[in-house]
Amino acid sequence: MITKFQVAYKNLLRKKVRTLLTIIGIALSAWVLVSLLGFNRGYESSLNKDIDNMGFQLMIMAKGCPYEAATLMLKGGTGLRYMDESIMKEITKEPEVEKITPIFMSAVFDPNKGESGGIAGYFGIEPKSFAEMKPFLKFKKGGWFTDVNGHEAVMGYEAAELEQREVGDMILMPEKNVQFKVAGILERTGTQDDGTIFVPLKTVQTIFNRPNELTTIGIKLTKGVDSGRLEEKLYKLPDVQIVSLAQVKETIMKLISTAKVMVLSIAMIAILIAMVGVINTILTSVWERFQEIGILKTIGAMPWDIFKLIWIETLMLCTAGGVLGVIIALILSRVTDMVMRRVLPYAPGGGLVLIDLKLIIITLIGILCIGLLSGIYPAWRAGRIRPLEAIRGEAGR
Amino acid sequence: MSEKGVSIEATGLTRIYTRGIEEVVSVNNVSFQINKRDFVSIIGPSGSGKTTLINLLGCLDNPTAGELRLEGRPIFGSGKPLSERALTKIRRETFGYIFQNFYLIPTLSVRENVMLPLTFYRKAGTENEADKLLVLLGIDHRKDHLPGQISGGEMQRVAIARAMVNKPEILLADEPTGNLDTKRSEEIVQVLLKLNRDVGLTVIMVTHNQELARYAGRMLEMKDGHISEIKV
Repeated sequence: MITKFQVAYKNLLRKKVRTLLTIIGIALSAWVLVSLLGFNRGYESSLNKDIDNMGFQLMIMAKGCPYEAATLMLKGGTGLRYMDESIMKEITKEPEVEKITPIFMSAVFDPNKGESGGIAGYFGIEPKSFAEMKPFLKFKKGGWFTDVNGHEAVMGYEAAELEQREVGDMILMPEKNVQFKVAGILERTGTQDDGTIFVPLKTVQTIFNRPNELTTIGIKLTKGVDSGRLEEKLYKLPDVQIVSLAQVKETIMKLISTAKVMVLSIAMIAILIAMVGVINTILTSVWERFQEIGILKTIGAMPWDIFKLIWIETLMLCTAGGVLGVIIALILSRVTDMVMRRVLPYAPGGGLVLIDLKLIIITLIGILCIGLLSGIYPAWRAGRIRPLEAIRGEAGR
Repeated sequence: MSEKGVSIEATGLTRIYTRGIEEVVSVNNVSFQINKRDFVSIIGPSGSGKTTLINLLGCLDNPTAGELRLEGRPIFGSGKPLSERALTKIRRETFGYIFQNFYLIPTLSVRENVMLPLTFYRKAGTENEADKLLVLLGIDHRKDHLPGQISGGEMQRVAIARAMVNKPEILLADEPTGNLDTKRSEEIVQVLLKLNRDVGLTVIMVTHNQELARYAGRMLEMKDGHISEIKV
């Protein structure tokens, strides 16, 4: 017994190049679709991780553009503003505040970073309060520095890899020509902390000639409190701004959503083109086999049998294209990640393209649905072929 | 196979085509009957209406007028054309077809081509029919070959096996030797005779070759849409 699947499969092999080109067309569309959906999930997930791993829900900064401030916190940068650290006393009074940690962000130009130099971020911190905010930070080697006035540093995983430093080595802060001894190296976190060098707060304040000044105060809220009420109270403090990380996340996602809509539109166009390609391939194949299809009806095939046969061919093309597209997307996800990082104004740490089994299944189901839709018209036309017209060679086109 | 009796009965069968503004009477008020286990050949010049007639007999086309009965069962005659679905149902239960151009599926092997009708419809007791027919028609050694790898005569044998796989009552052959040389043509007619004699199959063969037509027990001649019986 020969099944309809075997008949359909063998027919697709009849014109191998045409079948292959159609599969490639579908695969490219599937690749774009998987990568885009993977990017949507990956970006949001990495951004969430970045923000959650900051360990605090609110940041207090000197007045300026809040988004610039938030980006500086996430990404590092220059053009920092400063506030007096006495403000910390005011903040700790509030009952909604569980913990706070002072941060002095500094950015120096490192001529040895990258091909043409780059910004190196040095975060002045108090190790005790900072570690309490981020209990998930683990040391690969060594530990936190103990002297807040000392010249010791803790390096993020990537910073240490890049500089090829071990615990006990010395590092030089560019521009300032100050040396630090590496006290510890953190394990990889997948966040911006990986590329940061942490140094004692007082030391860095002195180096940058900003005693008793801070760039940021991180606030961890008491569980279950209303952050809005606290924000209202903190806004009364002079010359500071409050950045809620939930808002930052929302704002970044809004900015990114425009780009997403554009890419989604491109993906939709690619899918439409692939659909037209499938319809064209199957319809051409139907007309080429006009007589054969007529004969199939002569030997007992009902119109529905012919419909199914042609539909199966369409589904096979789409399944092959969909699977190939998913494989391409998986193989090239790192490349997509790199390209996205180059074009986006802000990209969080961790993977930007997250392709998991659920996404793969959703995409394949989507591609199959598209295949089913694309196959309807050619299958319907094939089902309507009358055997007599086929035998006479009168293609009823 | 069934006992001797009337297999096909046509009464006043007429088929008129419209070609532009012209009406062409291809089959004109034709009446005849064919008994079970008959081997009937239909001859006539090109355009005489023999293919149109065999298409009407094989339910590939609806007549413009007239009646057709298969084993006493009325098929056409109510005045309402039958749907493609209804015609397919009758066709697959009653007929096997072979054509001048074989119409084998080039991507399927000989065996797969023979088994193809069973994909869509399968009568009881046809489980091993394909393999039996391959042996009966002397093409079992070619069963794994593709149609492009065998001769014309062998291709027509494959087409015959395909037509026979669902154990039809009637085999309709439209110019089955039209693409074959004299030797192969004779072989194919001998195969049809064997099936008629051994299996008890009713065979209706359209041909323009009078010599081959004489192998049949009965000869009908079509001329300008009319039919007449020729003594063999």
